[in-house]
Amino acid sequence: MKLLLSIALTLLRAKLKQSIVAAVGVMFSITMFVTLLGFMNGLNTLLDGLILNRTPHIRLYNELQASPTQPIQHAWAQHAAVGADSAHHFIRSVKPKDELPRLRNAEAVMQALENDPRVLSVSPRLVAQVFFNVGTVDLNGQVNGIDVMDEIRYYRFADYLVQGDPHDLATGNNTIVLGKGLADMMESGIGDMVQVTTATGERTMLRVSGIFQSGIADYDKVQCYANIKTVQKLLTRPGSYYTDINVKLKDLLQAPAMARELSARFDVDAVDIQTANAQFETGSDVRNIISYAVGVVLLIVAGFGIYNILNMMIYEKLDAIAILKATGFNGADVRRIFLLLSMVIGLVGGVSGLLFGFLMQNLVDSIPFITAALPTVTTFPVDYNPKYYIIAVTFALLTTWIAGWFPARKASQVDPVEIIRGK
Amino acid sequence: MTSTEPITPNSDGSTAGDPAAPKTSAMSPALDAADSRGSNILEVRNVSKSFHDPVTVPVLKKVSLEVKRGEFVSITGKSGCGKSTLLYILSTMDTDYEGEVMIDAEPTRGLSGERLARIRNEKIGFVFQFHYLLPEFSVLKNVMLPGLKLGKHSAEEVEHRAMKRLRDLDMHEHAFKGANQLSGGQKQRVAIARSLINDPLIIMGDEPTGNLDSRNSGIVFDIFKSISAHHEQSLLVVTHDNDFASRTDRIIEMDDGKVIG
Repeated sequence: MKLLLSIALTLLRAKLKQSIVAAVGVMFSITMFVTLLGFMNGLNTLLDGLILNRTPHIRLYNELQASPTQPIQHAWAQHAAVGADSAHHFIRSVKPKDELPRLRNAEAVMQALENDPRVLSVSPRLVAQVFFNVGTVDLNGQVNGIDVMDEIRYYRFADYLVQGDPHDLATGNNTIVLGKGLADMMESGIGDMVQVTTATGERTMLRVSGIFQSGIADYDKVQCYANIKTVQKLLTRPGSYYTDINVKLKDLLQAPAMARELSARFDVDAVDIQTANAQFETGSDVRNIISYAVGVVLLIVAGFGIYNILNMMIYEKLDAIAILKATGFNGADVRRIFLLLSMVIGLVGGVSGLLFGFLMQNLVDSIPFITAALPTVTTFPVDYNPKYYIIAVTFALLTTWIAGWFPARKASQVDPVEIIRGK
Repeated sequence: MTSTEPITPNSDGSTAGDPAAPKTSAMSPALDAADSRGSNILEVRNVSKSFHDPVTVPVLKKVSLEVKRGEFVSITGKSGCGKSTLLYILSTMDTDYEGEVMIDAEPTRGLSGERLARIRNEKIGFVFQFHYLLPEFSVLKNVMLPGLKLGKHSAEEVEHRAMKRLRDLDMHEHAFKGANQLSGGQKQRVAIARSLINDPLIIMGDEPTGNLDSRNSGIVFDIFKSISAHHEQSLLVVTHDNDFASRTDRIIEMDDGKVIG
C-alpha cells in the first residue's frame, strides 16, 4: 500500500496544476458547506432560542372549564341501565363553579418534581391580569410573578433585560420590570412609579426597576415581571398561591410523555413545549434541509471535477498503466493507485476546506447584525459545532471516492497488450 | 559485492557454482546448466489463437515450443506471422487462447489475474521495442518499482540491487536523472535493468532493438548474451533483425501462425 501511495503521489506531482484545481474545487465546496451549515444552525439556534429559552418544557396549570359530565347524563345512564333506549341530550347548563385559577397543593407538587431525576428545575409562577393606569387610560397587562434567581438561571431572564439589574427585582419589594412596548406607551423609565389595578380592584404603586425586551413585540406590550411575593401581595393571596409551575427537563424530548404523566398524577393541566410550539421545529428542519442540499450539490460538482481530471490523467497515463501491469502490478493495484490519487485530492481539499470554512465562519461571526427584536445579538450567529466539520470531511471523502472509483476501474481494466502492441 | 561480480541468480536457482567458467564459451554452460536441472522454463503445447473481429482469422495454429534454462532463443518471421501475438500469450498478459502454456512447470491457463500478475512480477522480465519508462520517476525508481511490488526485499535492499543492475549495464551515473533525460539506447538499457530487478527466470523481448541504431543494438545484444551466459536466465526475443537472430543460441522461425523451424 505504501508503494501504491508513493506511485499515486508521484503521478499527482507530475500533474500538479490539475490536481490543485481539483483539490480547490473540493476545498471550495467544503468551505461553503461548513460556513453555510454553521451560519444556518447559528440562526436556527438563535430563532429557536427566542422561544426555547423563555419557554418551560412543561407547564402545569389549572384551567377553568365546564364539567365534562353534565348531571343529565347521570340520569340517562341510570335510565339506560334498566333497559330504555339510549338517547342524545342537548342540555348543557352547568357552568364552571367559582374556583380560583390556583394550583391545588402546589408546594407538595413542587416537592415531588424536585425529587424527580428527569427534572432540571422547577419554578413556580403566579400570573395576574392587571390594568396599568396611565392618566385616564387603562392599559391591559399581565404581571408574571417569578422566582427571579431561577428565571435568571434557567430561562435567561437577564439576557432579555435591556435596562436595569435583574437582582434589583429579586431583592426589592414592590418593584416591576416592564415590557419594552408597555414602558414606551407609559413613557416610564427606571425609578418611575406605575399604578397597577388588579381584576378584583386592588390598587398598588410599583417602582419600575428594569425594561424587558423579548423580541416579540406583542408580547412586550403586555408582559411584565415582578417578584412572586410582590404579586401575591398584589392579589392579596397567601404565600403558597401559585398559578403555574414551570418545569425544565434534562431531556427536552421527554416532555410530551412526561406532561401526560404529570397531568394524570397531579390532576392538573399540563402542556409540553412541542405541543405549545409545534411550528419552530418545522422551520429549523426546512432550513437544515436547504443548507445540506446546497452543500451536497457543491460537493457533487466538485466530484465531477475530480472525475474529469482523473479520466484525463488515465488517458495520458495509459503507457504507465500498461507497463505497471506488464511488470507485475495487477488490476486491483492499478485501481488502488488511482483511487488513492483521488482520495489524496479529496483529503487535501477537504482539510483545507475545513480550515477555510472555520475562517469563513469567523468572518460571518464578526459581521454586525443589530436588530431591535434581538437585544443580545450584535453579530451574525454562527454555530461552531464540530459535527458539521465531521460531516463535511466525510462527505468530501465519500464524493472523491465515488468520483475516483469509476476512472480507477477503467484504469484497472486497461489491456496492456493493446497499449504495448499499439506502439 | 563489486560491480564486476555477476548478478545473483533467482532465489531457487542454485546453479551458479562456477561464475568464471561461462566466460570462455557463451553457449555450452547455459545448456549444461539447463540439462543438469532437466527443466524447461517455458513450455508451450498446441497454442492456437484467432482474431474474431470482424471475421475469424486464425493467427496461431497449434504452436508448440520450449525454452530451457539459460537458453537465448529468438523468434523470427515476416510481419503478421503471429510472432508478437505468441509472445504476448507467453507473457501471460493475453489470456484469450487455446492450448497450454507452462511457466516454470506451472500451467498458467485459468489462473486469476492476480496470480498471473504475480508470475509476471516474479518470473518474467520484459523489454519492449519502446522503453516504457515512467517519466515521472527517476531512473533508479523505474528500475526499483517491480522489485518494490514483489516485496521480497526491503526498500533499501531493492535500491541496492537496482543500483547494482544499473552499474552492470553502465548506467549507474544516470540513476538519479529523470527517465526523459536519457538517449534512446540508454533508456533501453534502463528498461533491461528493470526487467532484471527480480531475477526472473526468463526475459522476453518484443523487438527490443527495433528502435535502436546498430551500435546500440550491438550493446543490447551483448547485454542479453551475457545475461544468458552468466546468470542462467533464459531469453526469448521476437525480432525481424536477422543479424541479431543469427547470433542467438536458437532461432524459431514462424510463418503464417506456425513454427516452421
